[in-house]
Order: sequence, then C-alpha cells, then structure tokens
Amino acid sequence: MTHVITEACIDCIHRSCVKECPVDCIYEGARALYIQPDECIDCSACVPACPEDAIYHEEDLPELLHRHLEDNKNFFAQTLSGKSAPLQSPGSAKRIGRLGVDTPLVTSYPCRQATCT
Amino acid sequence: MNSNADASTAPFVRPLPGSHRNASIVRVAVVGAGPAGLYAVESLLEAAPDFCIDVFDRLPTPYGLVRYGVAPDNQKMKSVTRVLRNSFNNEARVRFIGNVCFGVDVRRADLLKFYDAVIYATGAPAERRIGISGEDLPGSYGAKEFVEWYNGHPDIAHHNFLLDSQHVAVIGAGNVALDVARMLIRSPEEVASTDVPDRVLAAFRNSQITDVHLIARRGPAQAKFTPVELRGIGSLLNADIVVRPEEMVLSDSDDIRIGANRELRTNIAMLREWAGVPLQGKARRLHIRFLRSPVRILGEKRVEGIVLEGNEQLADEHLCGTGNFETLKVNMIFRAVGYRPLRLPDVPFDEAKSIIPNNRGRVLNENGQLTEKEYVTGWAKRGPSGTIGTNRSDSAETVCTLLADIPARKVCNSSDPEQILIFLDSRRVNYTNWMNWLRLDDYETQLGRKQGRPRVKIPDLRSMLELSRNSDTSDFAGDD
Repeated sequence: MTHVITEACIDCIHRSCVKECPVDCIYEGARALYIQPDECIDCSACVPACPEDAIYHEEDLPELLHRHLEDNKNFFAQTLSGKSAPLQSPGSAKRIGRLGVDTPLVTSYPCRQATCT
Repeated sequence: MNSNADASTAPFVRPLPGSHRNASIVRVAVVGAGPAGLYAVESLLEAAPDFCIDVFDRLPTPYGLVRYGVAPDNQKMKSVTRVLRNSFNNEARVRFIGNVCFGVDVRRADLLKFYDAVIYATGAPAERRIGISGEDLPGSYGAKEFVEWYNGHPDIAHHNFLLDSQHVAVIGAGNVALDVARMLIRSPEEVASTDVPDRVLAAFRNSQITDVHLIARRGPAQAKFTPVELRGIGSLLNADIVVRPEEMVLSDSDDIRIGANRELRTNIAMLREWAGVPLQGKARRLHIRFLRSPVRILGEKRVEGIVLEGNEQLADEHLCGTGNFETLKVNMIFRAVGYRPLRLPDVPFDEAKSIIPNNRGRVLNENGQLTEKEYVTGWAKRGPSGTIGTNRSDSAETVCTLLADIPARKVCNSSDPEQILIFLDSRRVNYTNWMNWLRLDDYETQLGRKQGRPRVKIPDLRSMLELSRNSDTSDFAGDD
C-alpha cells in the first residue's frame, strides 16, 4: 500500500505535503511531485496537507486517477528523459533535490496552472 | 567578569573556562528522543553546521511513541525509525544520553548551565479521565497502560493483562481507541507476527475476548479516526465489524462538512459499508457504537458492566442526553479519551491549555515573557494532535525560532562536551549512549528473527540496561 499524488498537483506544486512527510519520500520532478511507494509508510500526513486535494491512499483512488498509481511508481522505476538510470529508492527527497524532469504521463498534460488554488 | 552583570543573565553571557577551544560551537540539549525531538535534531543539523546536540531520554531507548505508542500491528508506521535514526550517524555532533530522568537525574538549571539552548520534546505522558463513578475499579484502565504493556514499555513490565473477559469496552473515538480495540480483537496468529514481548503474546494466546465495544460520545462525522487507521480494522482476520445503521446519524451541518472533507467522506463510506454488511460468522466482533456516553461503571470488587446513555446531537453541535440508558456487561474497560502533557519540574506550564506556553516554540514564563534559552516542540508545545509527520513541520518551526535567537545572544556558553557526562557521573546516573541502544536493538531483532517476527521487545528495564552494556553480543545472538 502507498499514497499517490495525482494530476491536481501538476503545475501547482505547493510542496506543503513535503514538509509533513515523516520519511521525506515525496520527490520533485519538474511540474509535479511523486511519492516513492517503497519508502511511504502510509501515515496519510500528506493527504490533508495538500491544498489541491491531489493525494490519495491507493485504495481510495477514483477510477479516473488510477493511472497515477503506476505513474508515481514509474517515476522511480523507469529511466527518465535525460537520465542514465532509474532513481529507485534514494531514501531522502531533500538530498536529491529537484529532478527537473517528469514521467511521460505528466509531461503529456497541457499546462494546468490556471486551475491551481 | 564585570560585577555589574545582572545575576540572572550572568550565566548566559559569561564565557566558561575552556570555551576558547570551541568558541563557535553552540550546544543544544533536546529533552525527549521521540519524533518531535529527533525531527528538531534533523532540522538543527541541516541549518546549523556549528551546533552540537545532546538528546536526552528517560529510557535507554530512542523513538518515544514510535516504539511505545504506535501499535505493534503497524510495523510499517514504526519503520519511520529508519529516518529518525539518521541524525545519530553524525557522531561528532549528535549524542544520545539515555536513562536520564529530567527533573531527577538532571534538572532544568543544570541543562541551562551546560547548554546554550534547551528544547523540551517531552510529549504528553498523562491521560484524561472520563469523570464517572467506578472509574477506579479493578478492570478499568487507561488506554496508555494497555498500549505501553503491549508495546513492552518498562514502566509496566511487571503488570500483566489477563484478557479473561468475553466482553470489553473501549471508550473514545480517536486513533488510540481504535488501536486498542483493534489489538484486543486480533487473533493470536496476527499478534504473533508483531514485535510484542513474549509475555504479551502469551496473554493474547489465552485471550477469552469475543466482543469489543468501541463507544463514541458523538456521531460518525465527529469521530477523530484517520481513514488509514479505520481501514485497518476492515482487514481483521478473525472479527466481524458491527455498525448499527440507526446510529449512522448525520445532521445537515455534518453533510456540509463531509462534502468539503475527503477524509471524512472516506470514513463515512467505510462505516456505511460495514453498517450494511450482515455478520459473516467470524469468531469475534468489534461493535462501533455512536452517540453513547458512559454514565457509570458498575461493579463492587471489579468491573461488571457499564451504563451508557444515548445522545442526540443538537444543531449547534452540542450533545443532549436522551434519557435512554443501556447496560453493557463487560469486565474490562479501557478509556482512550486523550493524552495530556505534564508539567516538567521547574519549567513553565499552562495548566488551562495543558501545554508548555510558547511563542512559535520559544518558551514563555508565567508572565507571558520570553524565557532566555528554552524551546519546546511536539505535543508538549501544541497538545496531543496530528500524526508523526506533523512533528516534522512543528519542530522545523521551533528550530527556526531558535536559530533566529542565537545570533542575538552572541556569546555562547560553549562548555566542554565532557562536562555534562562528568556531572552525570558525579551524580551516579547510570546513563546510556547510542552504542548501548544499538546493542539492545540488535539483540531484540535477532530474537525476533529466531521466531520469525520483526523483533521481540525486552520490556524489563534492568534487562534492557544489561543487554545494552553487554559488549559480547555472541552470548545472546547465538543460533540455538
């Protein structure tokens, strides 16, 4: 089980969830944040922290957002554009910093800035 | 030193002998090695490379409520320790000083003498009471005792809970009540996959419990369960969840709140689902009751029952008793109606708010003025609310306040780091260090490996100390 950041984060990236995560497992791409599923301890602290209501426990994911479960995993399991290897499990988002690259799914979204709170 | 220095501030401005050696080092004491304290250490390490930190705990073990509060069947949550322990890798800057009781072994004045700043992260070690008759009968317990028992806390190592009652009541509507109810109803097989002490596992193997009644004063929309905890009881192997449809009462204002709050919506959806499911004939039942107030506990020599009164929720969210009473025949009652911070010896305390009074983490004295170099974080600062992660941002705020104050004070105490240890030795305090904890940690983990469990906790303080100090780990790590 894990938590999942969905499309409402894209282009908004408030990062308020990052400060609440007790294990620092919320990583920053370019336009969105991603949760490392193996590092997440399922505490849910991030869910109420998000002003966009973008974060779900995987069992609560609405059907339409279900692809983000795989997509959050992909951010760590696949080699992202311009990188030489998958990120895997770095153990600390702070240490890695902003990656500056997203998954193909997030990249494919048109700019969502206008919808941010 | 000039004699016109104010006596009350003199200790903070007068450089101690030897301070030239570490003129730029700022020394911080953190009291309490739970999540709040350790997140403060993490923040300090990141922001201030010239700080050295000593973390005190009254136990020889770190992690506070992660080790002794988080339920044993939630090992994933307990794995937060892999992050909390990181600060101690920085041996040159962070020390653990365990088995030291604040106010007894070391007093406030001592810490203020040895350190440039003190951060209290002592949590909320007291419990609220319900305030009804019979609350002190044998068989009526605070949830804290039970939680500490199944988590192997040394304070309760010599008490055993005989789970010899068929019906048990748990009073409360928060995550602690839910944890206690869930643990009580767990099958021995489920408990056997956790890290509980051997004696606790034996008690669960002999459990006679068939029905646990979780009693909430208010309605389902007011319960303070988090969805992730509520979901946990849905996966119980051995117990049906019983929710009465007639108690799933929601007012118009509840509906508005539910519409605006996804977590609350998730909770209500789960409860409704259980309310609609017929019993599946499992061996045990967990009854979740809403709008019921405990009125009195019955029994002469021990608990024999509890009287509940039905409640109605008025439009202004106030509760009103309906005058309809029912009696549950239970022989054990656990009250989980909230933790409460305790006054620390010599440290300011706001009795009304039950916290250490503070302004963004800087401690205020009884007159509301800022104290010289004292800070607070976690439950002692804000009261018992939030999850583990809440303490990360809370401690970051306290550390931010501390860092802003430090340059203003300019001259730091910078005492020799050995002085506090020499002081503790002179008081014959049997303190432990990080290496001692690692030995105990290793012992418990190896004991667990032999039984196919994540760990087996050692609850007795004397054994904990002996194992901590035993340098020859082969003695107890053998593969017999």
